[in-house]
Amino acid sequence: MRPLTLGRLLLRCSLLAVILFLVVVIALKLGAVQVSLYGLGRDLIRVLLGQSSAISSDYGMIVVDIRLPRILLAIVVGASLSVAGASFQALLRNPLADPYVLGVSSGAAVGAILGLILENQLSLPPEFAGFITPLGAFLGAAVTIGAVYVLGRREGQIDSSTLLLAGIISASFLSAIITFLMSTLTGGNLRGAPFWLMGSLSTLPPKSLLYLIGIGFLIAAAAIYTTASDLNLLLAGEREAMHLGVDVPRVRIVVYLAASILTGLAVAVSGAIGYVGLLVPHVMRFLFGSDHRVLLPTSAFGGAIALVVADTIARTVVAPSEISVGAVTAIVGAPFFIYLLRRRLS
Amino acid sequence: MSTPLRTPSPPPDQPRSNPDVRLSVEQASYVYAPNPSQAPLFTLEALSFQAKPGEIVAILGPNASGKSTLLKLISGALEPLSGRVFLNGFATHSLPPKIRAQRIALVQQESRLLFPSRAWEFVLQGRHAYNRRLHFESEKDINIAKNALAQVGATHLVERWMDQISGGEKQRVILARALAQQPLLLLLDEPTLHLDIGAQVDLLDSLRHLVAVNRYTVIVVTHELNLVGEYADQVVLLQKGKCLRVGSPASVYQRELLEQVFQAPLTVEMTVAGRPRVTLLGKS
Repeated sequence: MRPLTLGRLLLRCSLLAVILFLVVVIALKLGAVQVSLYGLGRDLIRVLLGQSSAISSDYGMIVVDIRLPRILLAIVVGASLSVAGASFQALLRNPLADPYVLGVSSGAAVGAILGLILENQLSLPPEFAGFITPLGAFLGAAVTIGAVYVLGRREGQIDSSTLLLAGIISASFLSAIITFLMSTLTGGNLRGAPFWLMGSLSTLPPKSLLYLIGIGFLIAAAAIYTTASDLNLLLAGEREAMHLGVDVPRVRIVVYLAASILTGLAVAVSGAIGYVGLLVPHVMRFLFGSDHRVLLPTSAFGGAIALVVADTIARTVVAPSEISVGAVTAIVGAPFFIYLLRRRLS
Repeated sequence: MSTPLRTPSPPPDQPRSNPDVRLSVEQASYVYAPNPSQAPLFTLEALSFQAKPGEIVAILGPNASGKSTLLKLISGALEPLSGRVFLNGFATHSLPPKIRAQRIALVQQESRLLFPSRAWEFVLQGRHAYNRRLHFESEKDINIAKNALAQVGATHLVERWMDQISGGEKQRVILARALAQQPLLLLLDEPTLHLDIGAQVDLLDSLRHLVAVNRYTVIVVTHELNLVGEYADQVVLLQKGKCLRVGSPASVYQRELLEQVFQAPLTVEMTVAGRPRVTLLGKS
């Protein structure tokens, strides 16, 4: 018997935090413009000390103003998608659940696009305007997961295959809507269909939105974490969880809303990046076990690591051009999905 | 076997009329209907019985007789359409989830596992109802879990994976998790369904011993006539949603009654211990 203790949890998280730090340093160094490790370290320390103005070199500018924000964005988006994936897997009791596979990301993208259109029509004061898109993305995510949940039921029970089919069909339908919207409506700051369909971290969202997704991630992830031990029991079934003392309706609504927020915010700034939410929780389960008190925080770190790596690959393999990060995650994630599906069927 | 698992001291505010009665089912009924305007799919007619601490009550009947519905009413998963189910004077349906889990434990037919876990992790789940939201298991929880595994004779399984042990071993670990809840009322839903005869007797023998030591009230749903005859103190006989008899196995096990309920020719004899034994006869 080696039950979980706070010390053991922190040890695992700090291990991943160290790996994340190393990955970030490498990601800062790699790119179209070469930067020396020494220069990188010096500039980073200056940023941490709040002396950004002391950074004079052009290289420093590239690192601090271009690469660092993009990496921070990758960290938050990756962590959000992974925690959302782990939550959907527990909530729907389906190891193949993932915001992208279930069509939730596409739903969020449709919501975000509608939000952008609305934003252009309404001419709101600029301090409010930026929040319509993430709100639309959240609503799009929440509606889609609700629809998939209803469509995925058979005889009152969630049926694993029906759920996946419902998700895949929703994703395909919503992608068509995205393509339709993008080709019929062209407005001020509507980004292209490839951004929404595949996901990309190449354009930085405005600063207010960056703060919003950072704070939103912390709140939503904390809300899900309060249900971590309930989720462990929920995996065995709702009736069983109830008899072990889980307030099932409360847990369901908290996780459903928080996971929709995480997906919505991630999609609002980066489009529908797939498979991070599927792959990362499985790797973390393999490494650290399936206890959600460990799985949720390690998935957050793991998702951050995975997306920083994927995005570094996306912007370096065909440098000075780049591919969309969603293509990188799909190339790795789709075969992994097939592997999980085959293993479940056998 | 060390100290008894639970200290059954009830909270002081407990409105108990009769301290001898722990579970009281009073004219409880239930109706399944797809919607109120349509004819009901299934009706469990009002029925009553009572159970004391240390008693094993069997809910007996063929398939579709309402056994599972009655169990759900007792467990508080369903609210009775009419009547009430009281545990120590509290309606089981309206207990908050955590309090309910501290008083009522359910052992289900099978626990499906999405991701593998070890036996000790599984048993520790029984402590969930005693802990605050963000918690790590205490020394006390761990001792209770170890004790529960010892009480069902499964200490050797503690490090095993739940998906790699036999049906009988798994059933014991599931029972240990229920014991870790330190319940007053232990509900078993077809606990012997996938077990061979030896494992069935093993499980029920340890159950009888546990009941004697810890004074649980046990409700077991089954259609195993002979196991009920051997182990139950009280039988609730159901057929098509009607309660036909409540009483000791010796009084309920009448040949004509059982033949009619189970639709099979059979004989009933009494053992020297005063327990009925049923033998099935061919229909030809």
